[in-house]
Amino acid sequence: MQIKSRIVNKTLYILLSGELDEYTASSVRKNLDTLLDTQKGFVQIVIDLSELTFMDSTGVGVLIGRYKKMRECNKPIFITNPSRNAERIFKMSGLYDIMPKIV
Amino acid sequence: MKNSMEIKFKAIAENESFARNVVASFILPLNPSISELEDIKTAVNEAVTNVIVHAYPEKTGYVTMKIITHDNKVNISISDNGIGIQDIERALTPFYTSKPNQERSGMGFTVMESFMDKLEVRNNKEGVTVNMEKEIEQAVVGI
Repeated sequence: MQIKSRIVNKTLYILLSGELDEYTASSVRKNLDTLLDTQKGFVQIVIDLSELTFMDSTGVGVLIGRYKKMRECNKPIFITNPSRNAERIFKMSGLYDIMPKIV
Repeated sequence: MKNSMEIKFKAIAENESFARNVVASFILPLNPSISELEDIKTAVNEAVTNVIVHAYPEKTGYVTMKIITHDNKVNISISDNGIGIQDIERALTPFYTSKPNQERSGMGFTVMESFMDKLEVRNNKEGVTVNMEKEIEQAVVGI
């Protein structure tokens, strides 16, 4: 599981690549938190899932955890490019209500 | 044509990818679409995650996975010898999790139910068995 990031126009873009499951979830949580804590100068976050090759409902837990963390400092998170299955899981869990999808 | 397989592996997160990929390989002769394959892999992963997270709080146990394919139907059973589920009805409720402090969505069974055609969860004398079934619509049968 790889995490790449860049800041463009005060938006922190995070690209998740690989498989997000129970095995990789703890390192993804840790690495995302480190990234969110150390990066400066952004007001919102876009998580790009175009290179995520597998995700189950574990991913929803990971994303909601980051949402709660960023809510404290008023920085919204948006989701982009989910796979068909990730999209279905996000819709059934209501994740888009708190982390809207953008195209 | 009927075919079957059974494997037993340690209930550790490292084995999740192995479990879902074994199922995918085994059902490939049924000629599933990519969507059907992804649905089954995701549902299997949810069931295996449940065993890893809930079944063995005090020891490391095993997951037994059986797959039967018959014409264009796939039956998958995932069992453990763990502590069982106290209240199955509640566990099947969307968003219910017995571990709310662990960033868990409580969507595992809901995903299995949505991605497969049938889902049955039962407690055994020891542990839990999850049975799932899915019909492969694009299978070319009878060649």
